[in-house]
Amino acid sequence: MTWAAASRGAEHRRRRWLGVVLPLTSVMLWFAVTSWRHRFLPHQLPSPGQVAETAWQLARSGELWQHVLASSGRVLAGFALGATVALVLGTLVGLSRTAEALVDPLLQLARNVPSLAWVPFLLLWLGIDEAPKITLIAIGAAFPVYLNLVAGVRQTDRALLEVGRVFGLSRDAQIRRIVLPSALPYLLVGLRIALGQSWLFLVAAELIASTRGLGFLLIDGENTARPDIMLVGILVLAILGKLSDSALRDVTRRLAPWSEVR
Amino acid sequence: MSVALRADRLVQRFGTRAVLADLSLEVGRGEIVSLVGPSGCGKSTLLRLLAGLERAETGRIELAGQPLTAPSRLIGYMFQDPRLLPWLTVRDNIVFGLPGAARRNADGLVGSLLSQVQLEGAASLWPHQLSGGMAQRVALARCLAVEPSVVLLDEPFSAVDALTRMALQDLLLAIWQRTQLTMLLVTHDLDEALYLSDRVVVMLGRPVALSESLVVTLPRPRDRRAPELATWRGQLLEALHLTGGAPQPLGSDTLRGRTRPHGAAIQPGAADDP
Repeated sequence: MTWAAASRGAEHRRRRWLGVVLPLTSVMLWFAVTSWRHRFLPHQLPSPGQVAETAWQLARSGELWQHVLASSGRVLAGFALGATVALVLGTLVGLSRTAEALVDPLLQLARNVPSLAWVPFLLLWLGIDEAPKITLIAIGAAFPVYLNLVAGVRQTDRALLEVGRVFGLSRDAQIRRIVLPSALPYLLVGLRIALGQSWLFLVAAELIASTRGLGFLLIDGENTARPDIMLVGILVLAILGKLSDSALRDVTRRLAPWSEVR
Repeated sequence: MSVALRADRLVQRFGTRAVLADLSLEVGRGEIVSLVGPSGCGKSTLLRLLAGLERAETGRIELAGQPLTAPSRLIGYMFQDPRLLPWLTVRDNIVFGLPGAARRNADGLVGSLLSQVQLEGAASLWPHQLSGGMAQRVALARCLAVEPSVVLLDEPFSAVDALTRMALQDLLLAIWQRTQLTMLLVTHDLDEALYLSDRVVVMLGRPVALSESLVVTLPRPRDRRAPELATWRGQLLEALHLTGGAPQPLGSDTLRGRTRPHGAAIQPGAADDP
């Protein structure tokens, strides 16, 4: 590694630590207004200590892992389903103006429907089991992938397509070897947004008719007047969302090492 | 000398504006020909027609006697910019034009091409890690990888600094010495045209109908300081109405009466008017 690269690496690591500052400050502030100055009643805002203890109990009893497992499974299944459908539709619409004219207006209508509006119908049509929850998450995951992929296919540099023509590439080969690779960074950004959306839609799906999952944990805490449980649910959701995003970002770096979209 | 590439009475219009009218050009096998002329005179259009990137309205293009209607692997094309595919390494960019099976077993070819363009050891780099001159050398290697019989070069060295440009010119000549490739080069750089070419074709007027030729008789390797080059340069400037003084109307036909027949040599030191 050159000296410049090493110093860039050190700078990068130093900046990464900056990300810890604000969360840590927030916890200290939280501690200050609850345990120290007692500005909030415990049923309004429990202290960090109380929340930690609740988390520890939930973890030790195995209940927390049950919820985490149920929610993660739903997110993965819904994300995979939605992303796959969007991959097919996005590629078609990106490549063909006819497909765009046919499909895009319907998708743009559907995209603007609030997620909660789907819930009653999904329950009516698909029952109260896993199917409606996974479908709702798939709906949430599909649109970011679709929109980014269409944009990615459309932004293909005409200059690079000319390179393909100079070498006598067929239309199929141009799509496979130029259009799709050049859309890949856009697709990966779409997938990252979609994964975030999946966690958002998960809670909407689990708020209704579920007995397991982090969304259920939130509702349960609300119904039993346990803000400490709700805070555990919120914190675990935040951490899971961040971890899954980091994992997908690493995949992006491996799949598209040339890409500056990071 | 047999004809490698022939353009016969090409006509091309953009809207109502004729760019090429009955333009004919022949390039012999192993010959290096430069096209010089003012911006917008149709040099690049001609090159794109010859590459099959655009179709002429009328006229005929022949490659080694065979009519040419679509892009062919036998015609290599160097763009003004490298146009490397950013998601492929240098190695994969170089073999981009090869058929699938050949792409996988091309390590020997890649090594030999990289050494021809003096980029040994660069195979696994990404395009964004290359300087402009390096990237253009990779583009040259990619162009040569498919073993074309004719290479068309559209101002290939105009985007690099002067010293890099001279190094790239020598590199191109070294490759030509070895392969005896036929090359047709569009350039704005008269020194480049004279240093590289067997023949410099001046394109003037709108639409370009006639092209006048200057045969560069200096043997290679050439000395960039050779007095003949300076003399020819002066003649080219004169042919292009660029000797200074009052601005000339662009595309004027006044030159017609003074041009040599197509292909005739202008001898250094010869009087300009017969």
